[in-house]
Amino acid sequence: MSRLKLIIEREFIAKVRNKSFIVMTFLSPLLMIGMGALVFFLMKKNDEKVKKIVYVDESGMFSKDVFKDSKTVKYEDFTALGIEDSKKKVEEGDYYGALFIPKQDSLEVLANSIEFFSKDSPSLSVMGSLENKIEKKLRNEKLTKFGIDLAHIKASKISSDIKMYNFSGEKTSKLINALKIGIGLLAGYLLMMFVMIYGNSVMRSVIEEKTSRIIEVIVSSVKPFQLMLGKIIGNASAGLLQFFIWGILFFVFSLIASSIFGIDMMEMQSAKVSPEQMEAMQQAAGSKGEMILQEIFRLPLLKMFLLFIFYFLGGYMLYSSLFAAVGAAVDNETDTQQFMLPVMLPLILGVYVGFATVINDPHGPVSVIFSYIPFTSPIVMLMRIPFGVAWWEIAISMLLLVATFVVIVWLAAKIYRVGILMYGKKPTYKDLWKWIRYNG
Amino acid sequence: MNNLLEINNVVKRYGDYTALNNVSMHIPKGSVFGLLGPNGAGKTSLIRIINQITMPDAGEIILDGEKLAPHHIEHIGYLPEERGLYKSMKVGEQALYLAQLKGLSKSEAKKRLKYWFDKFDIGAWWGKKIEELSKGMAQKVQFIVTVLHQPKLLIFDEPFSGFDPINAQLIAKEILQLRDEGATIIFSTHRMESVEEMCDYIALIDKSNKILDGKLDDIKKEFRTNTFQVGLNTSNGKEVEAKLKENFKVLPADFRLLNEGLKLNVKLTEGNTANDLLSFLTSQGQVQHFVELIPSANDIFIQAVNKNS
Repeated sequence: MSRLKLIIEREFIAKVRNKSFIVMTFLSPLLMIGMGALVFFLMKKNDEKVKKIVYVDESGMFSKDVFKDSKTVKYEDFTALGIEDSKKKVEEGDYYGALFIPKQDSLEVLANSIEFFSKDSPSLSVMGSLENKIEKKLRNEKLTKFGIDLAHIKASKISSDIKMYNFSGEKTSKLINALKIGIGLLAGYLLMMFVMIYGNSVMRSVIEEKTSRIIEVIVSSVKPFQLMLGKIIGNASAGLLQFFIWGILFFVFSLIASSIFGIDMMEMQSAKVSPEQMEAMQQAAGSKGEMILQEIFRLPLLKMFLLFIFYFLGGYMLYSSLFAAVGAAVDNETDTQQFMLPVMLPLILGVYVGFATVINDPHGPVSVIFSYIPFTSPIVMLMRIPFGVAWWEIAISMLLLVATFVVIVWLAAKIYRVGILMYGKKPTYKDLWKWIRYNG
Repeated sequence: MNNLLEINNVVKRYGDYTALNNVSMHIPKGSVFGLLGPNGAGKTSLIRIINQITMPDAGEIILDGEKLAPHHIEHIGYLPEERGLYKSMKVGEQALYLAQLKGLSKSEAKKRLKYWFDKFDIGAWWGKKIEELSKGMAQKVQFIVTVLHQPKLLIFDEPFSGFDPINAQLIAKEILQLRDEGATIIFSTHRMESVEEMCDYIALIDKSNKILDGKLDDIKKEFRTNTFQVGLNTSNGKEVEAKLKENFKVLPADFRLLNEGLKLNVKLTEGNTANDLLSFLTSQGQVQHFVELIPSANDIFIQAVNKNS
């Protein structure tokens, strides 16, 4: 036991002291945040340029009331100039485009005969916003024509939110469904990333011991199985530390970011919506934030957390023991390709199946089956758990995972034990099978 | 108990291939035991079984009166032929780690490492990474790590490879001193001159079978051919040679003699002794050279292996 501790300690320290680990840990969140900030900054810059749009309204229905200036778009009434002159002016001057509203008898015809002239093809958001304004105006015109009081329309607005329950009495909602999908996908994705990064690191560490030839000295002191286990646990600890640091960094950075950019973000939003809408939205956002919090606390958090730990560790141990066996079977990293594919395949399949099926129907037959298959269950089950999975389903899945884990670790240890002392010829699958059958 | 290690009827198979076929040998306490054999004979398989890296399919191994068990790794030190250390790990940390894996406490390991580092005058290497050292330097570190936990049984596989003659001499001296302090040493090598120099006992493995073992001197006696190198100052060499052929077997010889004269290898035949040969020679002329041809370890190795095939 104390030897296992020594090995874990060494693997952990060797990994953590590695320059690439330090760089990865501290630089990659900085890079990510830097990129995010850059994109945000560029987006803002892009929007900051004020677009000047002129309109020629021959129908006489539109006025500055409809085309209200916003922070990024300013409207000018060129009706007096006439469309031809306006077009010339726009072409020569610093204008974004000219909107031409002809005179038509029927509103329907008018709706489809409005034209926009510009130097370059206009942005989708500008066109969308123009169409919105026009549609709203025309609808109001029509309503007035039908003799309906606009005030009534405004007063008649009502929204419905169907409360959803399952039979165990848990309340659900669309919002919480989205939340569950988010949590599930995040958990599954996180596990896949962890397995890929740290499984690979276990494999490289095994290959390093082989190529540096220290392996024979080590296995004359400890059992190969102990070494393999120590490696897997040591690398996982380093990985967890890295995730932990990332979590803290993310938290700190998002605090800093929100205090710097928070105000700007408000401004950006207010640019697109009118003040009264803004107010309503803020209220909605406030109550929504509260609701999200409430909903999160309504989830079976402890159960989710415990199952997350179980599947996370189970999945990682299962895969990393396979990675260790692959590392033991080859002499250098370039030879790993042929053995990596069958290891990676179920992992990627799990993520794809999870993304494709769990979102649509977390309890559909495909998601259920893949949450039983041990190689995909850690990912798919992690995605399903927030939606509430029956205890017996979890029991079957866990049992299968544990049983497979035992078998796979046993097989991997056999390959590992023989492989670490084999040099030269690249083994075939037949060789691996032979190694498994070797005695002692 | 005069034997530190007893290997009894050990069999090891890899699939259809038999690496060790019913091999037995006894390794006396406090000896240097040469484990010899051609490449691929099964030496490494046997060494790995003693180190419990692999298990035998049949047979048993007794270390110091006890059946070999996992806790015995603390009493065995192993320097493999293909050696290596963690390249990016510092010398001191690495030595401490390997010593602790062998069951030493950290403080004890530190104390002993200091002793050895001072002895080899390599204290300055403590904070260096292995990749910064030369091959010979790294070998020294590895030698220290192998003997640090003062094992009863030391296994050296080609311990001198990678060392210059001066350092090889230093290591040989250390190995013999460890023997004198009570350690038992299994010494596997292809360099027959170091077998002559170091080994008290040898065993020869060929094609998965032990074909020879025992005290080196006894084996030499067994392999003696009763042949003498003879150098004689005489005027009528042809006549003497013809007379010799009546009683002895005479073979052509090629050795260095300071004076011109008759040079022969003479093999005693049934019923006569070295004294008979000598007295005959003295009657014929001035004897300049009279030496028994003792088979070298090299001769024994080649003869035994050739006979086996």
